[in-house]
Amino acid sequence: MSTSKTNVNDASPMQHSLQQAQRQLNDYAAAVMQSGPGRQANAALAVSQSPATTSRRTFLAASAAAGSFVLVMNSQNGDAAQVQDSSVATENSFNPDLFVSIAPDGTVSILTHRSEMGTGIRTTLPRIVADELEANWDDVNVVQAIGDKRLGDQNTDGSNSIRFFFDRMRVAGATTRTMLQQAAAKKWGVAVDQCIAKENHIIDQKSGKKIGYGELVEIAKTLPIPKADSLKFKPKSQWQYIGKDAPIIDQDAILTGKAIYGIDARMPNQLYAVVARPPVVGGVVKSVDDKDALSTPGVEQVLQIPAFKGAPLFQPLGGVAVLAKSTWAAIAGRDSLDIEWDLGENADYDTDAFAKTLAEAAHQPGKVMRKAGDAPALIEKAAADTNNRVLHADYRSPHLSHAPMEPPCAVADVRTENGQIVHCLIDTATQNPQAVQQAVSAALSIPPQEVIVNVTLLGSAFGRKSKPDYCVEAALLSLQAQRPVHVTFTREDDLQSDYFHTISHLHLQAAVDENGAPEALLARAAYPTIGSTFVAGADQPQAWEMEMGLTDIPYDIPNLQIEGCNAKSHTRIGWLRSVAHIQQNFALGSFIDELAHHAGIDPYEYLLTTLGADRQIDMKAAGLGNRGASHDNYPYDIGRLKNVVQRAADLSDWKRAGELPKGRGMGIACCRSFLGYTGHVVEVEVSREGKLTIHQVWVSLDAGLIVNPDRVKAQIEGATVMATTQARYGKISFKKGRSVESNFDSYRMVTMSDCPREIIADVVESDEAPAGVGETPVPSYAPALCNAIFAATGHRVRDLPLSEFDLSWS
Amino acid sequence: MTSIKVNGVVRDLKDVPEDTPLLWALRDELGLTGTKYGCGVNECGACTVHIDGDAVQSCQTTVSEVGDSEVTTIEGLSEDGSHPVQQAWKELGVAQCGYCQVGQMMMAAALLKNNHHPTDEDIEGEMWNICRCGTYPRIRAAVKSAAQKMGQQEAAQ
Repeated sequence: MSTSKTNVNDASPMQHSLQQAQRQLNDYAAAVMQSGPGRQANAALAVSQSPATTSRRTFLAASAAAGSFVLVMNSQNGDAAQVQDSSVATENSFNPDLFVSIAPDGTVSILTHRSEMGTGIRTTLPRIVADELEANWDDVNVVQAIGDKRLGDQNTDGSNSIRFFFDRMRVAGATTRTMLQQAAAKKWGVAVDQCIAKENHIIDQKSGKKIGYGELVEIAKTLPIPKADSLKFKPKSQWQYIGKDAPIIDQDAILTGKAIYGIDARMPNQLYAVVARPPVVGGVVKSVDDKDALSTPGVEQVLQIPAFKGAPLFQPLGGVAVLAKSTWAAIAGRDSLDIEWDLGENADYDTDAFAKTLAEAAHQPGKVMRKAGDAPALIEKAAADTNNRVLHADYRSPHLSHAPMEPPCAVADVRTENGQIVHCLIDTATQNPQAVQQAVSAALSIPPQEVIVNVTLLGSAFGRKSKPDYCVEAALLSLQAQRPVHVTFTREDDLQSDYFHTISHLHLQAAVDENGAPEALLARAAYPTIGSTFVAGADQPQAWEMEMGLTDIPYDIPNLQIEGCNAKSHTRIGWLRSVAHIQQNFALGSFIDELAHHAGIDPYEYLLTTLGADRQIDMKAAGLGNRGASHDNYPYDIGRLKNVVQRAADLSDWKRAGELPKGRGMGIACCRSFLGYTGHVVEVEVSREGKLTIHQVWVSLDAGLIVNPDRVKAQIEGATVMATTQARYGKISFKKGRSVESNFDSYRMVTMSDCPREIIADVVESDEAPAGVGETPVPSYAPALCNAIFAATGHRVRDLPLSEFDLSWS
Repeated sequence: MTSIKVNGVVRDLKDVPEDTPLLWALRDELGLTGTKYGCGVNECGACTVHIDGDAVQSCQTTVSEVGDSEVTTIEGLSEDGSHPVQQAWKELGVAQCGYCQVGQMMMAAALLKNNHHPTDEDIEGEMWNICRCGTYPRIRAAVKSAAQKMGQQEAAQ
């Protein structure tokens, strides 16, 4: 998002710092600063293209990334040749597009360039191509792409994959199919119109003649690539894969233990490494005694990694690495290291004390990020009224860790000849292979394209694996060891050296009219910003962070003032599935419920009323980013938001809510996030002793056009369970600069026994532009859950996690 | 300790220190990477294998403790993914990222070996594995489905 006149976020000092740190900052980091992760990385990548590598393809991908739902121009207009350097190309194959190739034996190969971390995207995107191509899905050979700028954005976060690439995949499929139709027409000497594509064959409708795709390869290769605006796309009525459930292509491999994740990647002659990183971010090694480590059986080398300079970016934290014949030997060797650390300026970080600092910040005026009318004046006036017309509430959320089931892992092979690096190969579980290329190239001082990144399956990620510090570690160690090195984070490493979700304090005030309806809202948010990971000293929530559930408030409240308050960062702050929505929707979704109870109105009715009339909020006019998407393609549609609220309420039979006995309660909340819409209803039971049981959750999601409905339902279920973990147990605390929670015994996860008993996922059928799915159903869950707990017990939980709250009642 | 028996085959471990957890011996020495690391402290169940048919966390069992026992990993649960648990997991599309599912299935297979009619309480009690993707509702359904399959197989025999 570019800074517009109405955007009050001060970007200029940030830009200055960015320029100063230019050599270290990679393009992706710059994009994050401007607009958040996974949003405009594509634009940054396009800008950073050197003339030698720029192709017109970049335009195509960038256009798709800009959110255009209009079919974009084909990059190959008029090219009278096929794409020679496509990574799916095989000998003598027909390669009309970077994403598709057809071999003379008829094998259809489709390149898939986004990372598979559990969403099913590795299956879903190629199915769009196959649909347009009329390829038999069961016979398609799906090939995982390496990091390659020409493919467009590969940063698999921000819930962007379908939004960015639905059109692009259709172009790839339709281009190929069209050329095969033309080839058949040429071969038979008939009109193209009578040559239809079906199941890997072209059929002459008049004569009934039929020919396989493979047999058309030689002719097709000689044809000019058609212009995109000349392509005819299949009408929705003829889609056979888009909109239909499909199992993930890796399912059999997963279920038989054959699937390869980053932790399973192996290179010949590799050593296994674990790293003793500074326990405090910014710490450095003062001295190390590695005698015992080196005498540990299996240990081969002990090497140092330098500490990062400036902002953390994607640089390693530094420390001492133990390289061994097995992971276990490396762990045992590390246990024997004797390291003295200089802990640096974050050594006093204590989250109990910092919570007070944040509270103070949130009770001072901050930077105004959105303003309408005069909320402070109205609240002051209402406060003078004796009719209890002003409400205040403070909501606090702790740091969280991503804790992907597979911790960060990478194996790198850096080869040198005569002191020069000849190549760097990396096999890793990454959400963003291009960021790996950039970060490793900066560390090794080689061009990004000389870093070859193979993407394995990811044992979940949630944002952690779009930060490739662990890949840089592997590369630096391989360079020193002169052989492949596989770095594995142990779970303790993962929870100590994460890019943590931020800690926050939100202070809200509202003035209500005589009917309890809000006339004015003042919201102040204090939390360390993700920006601090990219620019040292950044201490103000970024506009794009505030736009996640706060400045983009959906409620029809005439007077608004939303402020971001100062907060310094003392650890690495990162983005975790649904990012700032986590704390902001918890606060706002709870506060609306508080207003409803204050007014004595049913929370569902109050929610609908406060959402107001069906209308579209013009985010641009409000000075808001809309995640880089245009208003035309992705309007903020209150009617759609109300629809998912109503659907969830109907599914839950909400009218029961007011009649439940004490100890049982229903709660409701909603959210627009990542351009999609979610409504959550949660039903809980709380025993007198305070034991919480989450019986049922109803979720309605409107994410526009859906390609693979079953995987979308799986995301809704998973998002709800993950949000349950965060609400019930999620907390990382810091003492003396170190994260206290060290493994799943202290950083607790829900399991089958304490997750929701039943999750009913409802996906709205829609022809609207495809929106986000992976993160969209997270934010509205925590407030719905806490609203249900209030209904059941009268306890208003404003501090997460719930495990620290006594829910008992009498 | 010079060898252990894994999936019916005696495997050489002569260069492996005896206190090495079975997990790392399987993964780094024997190349059986289907068994996953998740926590190393018996909290997540990702590393679950069978020892003499019982579910055991391989991060907590050293190679010397295995002794003469028979270790079964996911690679040996069935030759072709045909175990009723694998089939049920497939039919219900349980896996998202899939990383923890090996441990989940090994746990479920051991549970169902002795109990073909598990109640919700049985399942919740035994299936304590962590899944960060949040596939628990489908795992619960898959365990029940697998139980049915095993019951049918038994009836047919």
